[in-house]
Amino acid sequence: MTDVPAGERQQLPPPATDSGALGWLRRNLFSSWGNAITTVVLLFLLLWLVTSFLNWAVVNAVWTAPNGQACRGHGACWALIHEKYRFIFFGTFPYEQQWRPLLAVIIMIVMLVTSADRRMWNQRLLWIWGTGSFLTFLLMFGQIHIPLGLILFVALAVGGLGMLLRSTVAKPTEIAGWRTLAAIGAIGIVLRLTGVLPPWSLALAPFSYVETSLWGGLPVTLILATYGLVFAFPYGILLALGRRSNLPLIKGLCVGFIELIRGVPLISLLIMASVMLPLFLPTGMSIDKFLRALVAVIFFAGAYIAEIIRGGLQSLPKGQFEAADAMGLNYFQKTTLIILPQALRVVIPPLINTFIGFFKDTSLVLIIGIFDFLNAANQALVDPNWAGFPSEVYLFAAFVYFCFCFSMSRYSKYLEVELNKGTRR
Amino acid sequence: MAVETLDSTTRPKVAPWNDPVVRGWVFQIVIVGLVGLLAWFLVTNTLENLARQKIASGYDYLSREAGFEIGDSMIPYSPASTYARAILVGMLNTLKVAVLGIVLSTILGTLIGIGRLSPNWLLSKICEWYVEAFRNVPLLLWLFLFYKLISEAFPGPRQAISLLGSLFLSNRGLYFPVPLADPIHHWMAVGLLVGVVAAFVVKRWAKRRQEATGLPFPTIRAAIALVIGVPLVVWLLGGAPHHMSWPELKGFNFQGGTVIQPEFTALLVGLVIYTSAFIAEIVRSGILALNKGQSEAAMALGLSRAQSMRLVLLPQAMRVIVPPMTSQYLNITKNSSLAIAIGYPDLVAAVNVTINQTGQAIENILIIMAAFLTVSLGISAFMNWYNKRIALRER
Repeated sequence: MTDVPAGERQQLPPPATDSGALGWLRRNLFSSWGNAITTVVLLFLLLWLVTSFLNWAVVNAVWTAPNGQACRGHGACWALIHEKYRFIFFGTFPYEQQWRPLLAVIIMIVMLVTSADRRMWNQRLLWIWGTGSFLTFLLMFGQIHIPLGLILFVALAVGGLGMLLRSTVAKPTEIAGWRTLAAIGAIGIVLRLTGVLPPWSLALAPFSYVETSLWGGLPVTLILATYGLVFAFPYGILLALGRRSNLPLIKGLCVGFIELIRGVPLISLLIMASVMLPLFLPTGMSIDKFLRALVAVIFFAGAYIAEIIRGGLQSLPKGQFEAADAMGLNYFQKTTLIILPQALRVVIPPLINTFIGFFKDTSLVLIIGIFDFLNAANQALVDPNWAGFPSEVYLFAAFVYFCFCFSMSRYSKYLEVELNKGTRR
Repeated sequence: MAVETLDSTTRPKVAPWNDPVVRGWVFQIVIVGLVGLLAWFLVTNTLENLARQKIASGYDYLSREAGFEIGDSMIPYSPASTYARAILVGMLNTLKVAVLGIVLSTILGTLIGIGRLSPNWLLSKICEWYVEAFRNVPLLLWLFLFYKLISEAFPGPRQAISLLGSLFLSNRGLYFPVPLADPIHHWMAVGLLVGVVAAFVVKRWAKRRQEATGLPFPTIRAAIALVIGVPLVVWLLGGAPHHMSWPELKGFNFQGGTVIQPEFTALLVGLVIYTSAFIAEIVRSGILALNKGQSEAAMALGLSRAQSMRLVLLPQAMRVIVPPMTSQYLNITKNSSLAIAIGYPDLVAAVNVTINQTGQAIENILIIMAAFLTVSLGISAFMNWYNKRIALRER
């Protein structure tokens, strides 16, 4: 053996069994005897499952067939989905008008996706949601009558909020604008109530009217989840602020309400909305079934959102509250300008998770007979021509739900990392 | 309130409409007054509507005859029983599903959560996809799917799949033989209780001895022997009665034996699979929250992976796991009310039938709320007690 100086020795590559694909296999699948056995057993199980599923779902599947009889004895009957997909997606909405719910669904998805972009988190979002919501409901109902009273009320509310929120920061001209708007609203309402102004209403009727009992499928699920949460959000903020308040009566009311709602299942609230709400209202007045379900969802969501926002409020250091007090801001200014912007930022990811939960939980409205996506899928099974293929329909529905929920949960995870960039070391 | 910390004598005099304390009380009185007004409005409307529709009020109906069948009952029940008993049967069914669901999904969820952290890539990927697949689809959809699969994939009672000649699997459920009622069973139950208590005593004694002397004791084996052994001895002493009630096909269905119904199976399987996906994530994040030094130290001590998990990692992860686990347990209890969708007679289903028959919605919904609030508060109280027990004890 000749001695080679250390610097001139040839560098050998690592053993083939420790690097590359082989090394990866060894490290991750066959690192010990126990591991190797687990891997082999799991591989066999997986192979068996995947091949039998593929045989059923692809190889032996029937893609088109005139009726269920033609599917018997074969694999999956996707012909059923081919036949019923419009019913599953849009329920009993008039068949030739179904482009309307389709467009409404697309608008809602576009609104959700644009809201996901952080660059859009400013006033533009308000405009997008206002226009989008208006279009969605116009498409779904077909005709919308806006009474004059409502327009005046909105003017009063917007003007009043503008006055409250912008009082310290805006220029005098802007404040004057808000004041004028609020004054027009207030005077108009008084005139309308005293009967000086006639019961005018703004009628928009581009399409035929479709009542809510005919709505069905995916738009119903999306509307219940989205607008349930949109309306529950301000109300959840109020509940959370009330729970953190140091006024004992307010705090007691909020705590009682939140705990009561969180302690009972959503089904009991839905049953309550469907059988008890009619009893609560004055004789002769009735509320649409769809609206009743929406009210139950809002009540339910509000309590859960309140608890999440409370978490955000508690995460703020006490100095923020004290600094706002020291600046001489009143409670309303302190909350809207200092506290909420910081607290809400923290709770965006858990709020998205709540939205995923509600997207799934809206399926419970089928108990009180509303045609959401799952109920429409259920009803598609009732057709005697296509009886006996529940797995196909449910797997299809599960796939649609999965696409929505999975993408949202990934987004929430991404956002959690993204929003924490500033505080991470 | 900040103002109260000032000395009351030096408190500056301000006009009452600028005094935060006065303003606070005025605001509260206004809000409470508005809520009271709303309540008064609703109550008067309700009373008027009830009077108009001639619906009785009060809880008298509870002692009337219910007149409906309940498919699954843990206590004797017939349509001649009262509404109160029907609701009690539903309540017990809810509790049965909730307790079994909690136990099974904890076990399955913990296994899958640990599986996701396995060094075996295949196992961890499978567990990850299990979690993603099951938690991203509504529970109700799983319930429908499992229920339809059971009732359509299995044959009717006449073509039932027979296992060992005494178990019958059909779309009516799983029938299996049970021992005929015998007085000795009560004593066996007492024996079981004695065995469980004895197992706890042995565990405490073994722990104290190991702490004092270092001598280990096979606690788990001894506990199993006690829990099974004591009732067995009682049975043998009672003359080992072994008369069984066998299921037999009579007419269109089986008679005798006992049955696990497809509705119950679908509900339990759906609840367990759905909730275990969430529990797996809780367990995984609980273990990941631990300092890496803990598992390295356990390895350095020469503990096996299973030992380090059982003796070092899980007990510490428990502190992170227990609070979110509590809300999952509450979710199982509340989600068990989905039973109504597939026709399992739980509390909500029984009360719903009662509402339809008596028309007394308010009283019945109050019963549901009271029952669920009691159960929820009970679970919260127990979990809080447990949480305190395992909490980190610092100086």
